[in-house]
Amino acid sequence: MTMPYYVAPEQVMKDRADYARKGIARGRAMVAVRYDDGIALVAENTSSTLRKISEIYDRIAFGGVGRYNEFDQLRVAGVRAADLKGYQYSRDDVDARSLANQYAQILGQVFTHEMKPLEVEILVAEVGYEADGDQLFHILYDGTVMDERAFSVLGGDAEAITARIKDRFAPGLTLAQAVGLARAALAGDRTLDAAGLEVAVLERSNGRRCFRRLSDAEVGALLGA
Amino acid sequence: MPMFSPGDDPGSSFPDLLRRTGVAAASANSGSHDLDVPHATTCVALRFTDGVVMAGDRRATSGNLISHRGMEKVVQADRYSGVAIAGAAGPAMEMIKLFQLQLEHYEKVEGKALSLEGKANQLSMMVRGNLAAAMQGMVVVPIFAGFDLRRGTGRLWTYDVTGGRYEEQEYVATGSGSLHASTVIKVAYRPGFDREAAVRLACRSLWEAADADSATGGPDALRGIYPVVATITSSGWQRLPDSELATVFESIVDEVRVR
Repeated sequence: MTMPYYVAPEQVMKDRADYARKGIARGRAMVAVRYDDGIALVAENTSSTLRKISEIYDRIAFGGVGRYNEFDQLRVAGVRAADLKGYQYSRDDVDARSLANQYAQILGQVFTHEMKPLEVEILVAEVGYEADGDQLFHILYDGTVMDERAFSVLGGDAEAITARIKDRFAPGLTLAQAVGLARAALAGDRTLDAAGLEVAVLERSNGRRCFRRLSDAEVGALLGA
Repeated sequence: MPMFSPGDDPGSSFPDLLRRTGVAAASANSGSHDLDVPHATTCVALRFTDGVVMAGDRRATSGNLISHRGMEKVVQADRYSGVAIAGAAGPAMEMIKLFQLQLEHYEKVEGKALSLEGKANQLSMMVRGNLAAAMQGMVVVPIFAGFDLRRGTGRLWTYDVTGGRYEEQEYVATGSGSLHASTVIKVAYRPGFDREAAVRLACRSLWEAADADSATGGPDALRGIYPVVATITSSGWQRLPDSELATVFESIVDEVRVR
């Protein structure tokens, strides 16, 4: 009779974390930057149909990096949770914090109980009615939730990108400045043009549904300015 | 957070999601007949060169009493479509709410809005779902209108209680005053109306319906309550401001006074 090998729990967790981190690092990164009228979400993405950034609810957006099928499943679950809550209670009762906690529960559960952790990092962003109400929740593959204030960086190479943003970020950027900053941080010493970026905004002044996708032409115009 | 296995996934259907998660409102499937609930009345829609005009009066009645003076029966469904409802006000408002949510839910889950035909079909299924309640007097009969971005034209649909869906080419009317309203439109309608002519005819039809049908409310200049009138064109849904409607109705009053 063969005995199963004993593997220390520390080792199991470490292996899973390494596995998830490696999977995430293979994909391209995204950043979210606050600007004067909301939050700009910018991802490096050459596909114009398989989105990393999308709308969850009136004031809430979702961003995901890593394995597409995994974060897309989480995105749809988020849309469902938000729409159900808005239907049962009121549209005002749907908030990013509660969604972020639910995402953290799922990711944490999968990380500790399943064979394979989810190879994703996600962002739940909510634009406030006033600038100081903006919220960015960054959730890691193991369910760790981080509440970030000014900007958020997801995906591989996050440390280098964060270092590049940190130096140049200042509160009250214009949209063009925020998108320019995000592009520069994502690109590093490469060049990235509008076609290689996926850009969306949560705009305070966009009416009930704050989420708006920017076309390549609009992004080009912003970057040119 | 609702998660489903791939074979069991409700897809982009919000009503289906409500059923799966047990949130769906219990439908009225038993109980007494002739419940005295508020009823919403006359709504019309007609096509013009750039799209469609929808209009509906503001009155809701319970038997011979006026229960609301300011009800809005013509509402925006999404950016390029609107829905107008006549019938039992409670189920009608719930149906509109669910319909609006379904269109938005689909758009978010799929990342792309439904086609206009798809939206009309969705509404048809919702009306059919209400059939059991309709048999007990909770009849809901909507009009659906919108701008079809693929064809570049405005389109209209009318429904019956069983969910039957009929596309009309010129105009539709629903509710207790619909006979009068549709006759007014029928006599004066010309293909190729511009926005102003279409808005004027829609308002005139509601005026005549209110004149002959006690359940339809006319413009209430005293309280400043005017019918809801909206246009849907390639630039989307636009509700007319009361100031513009006041002018239209003043000119209708002048016309009627000469009569």
